[in-house]
Amino acid sequence: MLNTQAIEAILKKYQYDEKALINILQDVQEVCEGRYISEETAAHVSEELNISKRTIYEVITFFAALREHPVGEVLIQLCNSTVCKVKKNAEVKAALEEILGIEMGETSQDKKFTLEYTTCFGACDVSPAIRINKVVYGNLDRDKTLMLMRELKGALYE
Amino acid sequence: MNRVQAFITANFDCYEYNDIDRYIELGGFEALKKAIEKGSDYVIDELRTADIKGRGGAGYPTWKKWAIGHKRQAEKKYVVCNADEGEPGTFKDRELLKKDPFKVIEGMMISGFVFGASKGFIYIREEYAYIQETFKEALEVMREKKYLGHPVFGSDFVFEIEVFSGAGAYVCGENSSLIESMEGRVGRPRIKSPRVGEKGYLGYPTLVNNVETLAGVTTVLLIGAERYAQYGTQESPGTKVICVSGNVKNPGVYEIPFGVTLREIIYDIAGGVEEGRRIKFLQLGGISGPLMPGNMIDIGYSYEALEQEGFSVGSGSILVADETNRVIDFLVSVSDFFYHESCGKCVPCREGKRQLTRLLKKFVSGTAKGKDIKTIEKIAHTMKYTSFCGLGQTAPTALLSAIKYFLPEFWNLVGDKEVSRIGEGEWK
Repeated sequence: MLNTQAIEAILKKYQYDEKALINILQDVQEVCEGRYISEETAAHVSEELNISKRTIYEVITFFAALREHPVGEVLIQLCNSTVCKVKKNAEVKAALEEILGIEMGETSQDKKFTLEYTTCFGACDVSPAIRINKVVYGNLDRDKTLMLMRELKGALYE
Repeated sequence: MNRVQAFITANFDCYEYNDIDRYIELGGFEALKKAIEKGSDYVIDELRTADIKGRGGAGYPTWKKWAIGHKRQAEKKYVVCNADEGEPGTFKDRELLKKDPFKVIEGMMISGFVFGASKGFIYIREEYAYIQETFKEALEVMREKKYLGHPVFGSDFVFEIEVFSGAGAYVCGENSSLIESMEGRVGRPRIKSPRVGEKGYLGYPTLVNNVETLAGVTTVLLIGAERYAQYGTQESPGTKVICVSGNVKNPGVYEIPFGVTLREIIYDIAGGVEEGRRIKFLQLGGISGPLMPGNMIDIGYSYEALEQEGFSVGSGSILVADETNRVIDFLVSVSDFFYHESCGKCVPCREGKRQLTRLLKKFVSGTAKGKDIKTIEKIAHTMKYTSFCGLGQTAPTALLSAIKYFLPEFWNLVGDKEVSRIGEGEWK
């Protein structure tokens, strides 16, 4: 379902300024179910701003923070850049996949969890680190990761 | 000589991000006041004495950039603070924005005053969404206290600042890509010239500076260039905010006078290597920087000493990797990063990266041949010399340095050693 009211409020906030397209799409994404920009949403924004759909898709596919596929309620992003590699993020990856029962790049069947790699988000002093719905958790190892996930699952499924 | 010296970071943990009164007690806005009272030429002279260089990584002298920009006539001008800190291993701007936002804002105002702009933008990366919120609050306090949107210190200088959120693209740290994205387009670099200083945001002259550079400007004007330049070395005066990460006991952000050695940074400041292991290599200046073997750490940390050995200060990142790391795995990680972040505009970067990633993975899977090393070198050089922007030009830096210093590691992973031999005439 297209959340036209919320989208309109965002467009008004940016005064329908096409220069703000990237920030508009970021905000729009947050009010859409599945936190992504569906084709329907893209078409709607394209019409409202009078920008071609092609341009909208060029932007969506270019920027990592804009998504064209839905994600689960909890988006878990594991940093896969150099520092986290050196700090053995493979251990965290294995723990995440094990406890969530999904692999990198997948969403759980009940649409609760999405697991993906991301590039450096500047938390190298607490590496290896993950972002859970944009909040950073660092200094992880296997045990800490499992504990964090158990807590999260407990809160979600209670 | 002190190993750490807090000038730029002097206010860290001294005030809450929105406590402007405390900031003023700490000497806040005195730098701006001085700039307005003594004029642009004074500011540029002070920066020349302090010799602050672009702290985002490019290292271009700030006074030169500002002197050129100051003279440029235009109907409208803009300044931008580049807070799109995307260089892996770099997190100093994060700390500056979080722990001393007013100093950055003051630096932006000084840059606006000198450049002749009444509007500034700060481009904060999406990954720092939580900082965007606190920064916006700090700006709101500035408006309430009439530092923004009103004439300041009895002059007719009125300034306003807007926050722009990045959307997760490394290439947008490049100034022209950053401006492209601010205009609602994908962040692909523009053809130069004109540079953004001449034709930037909406076609108007735009002065773009890194967060630390601007905080440095405020610092220099506050304490005086001469005092600042007493620290550091002859050619690299003053201090640098560095980010130490990787296999060290105490990773973090530290401010050091230029000239202390990497050994002092790693062992005395950052507590040494985890579990007393040996250093295998360092990567300086972020993911686009070269690898330095562990036995070279007695080099002083300054622009001139590092450059002499083929290294650079770059963004100020120092990644320490101990002996448990394989160079090849690290290079694959570097390669994956650039493959992901290449904007796709020019062929050398887009296709070169694809091929390099493919070839490096052959070394991991044990299917590499001797001649693959030569092919890698050829592609890396092509990228370095023919890519359109800094991203593609520096993407193979780590790889080329690894071939220079760690060639045996590649060779040990070659499956078919009969094809060619290193150091014996021509490669086949």
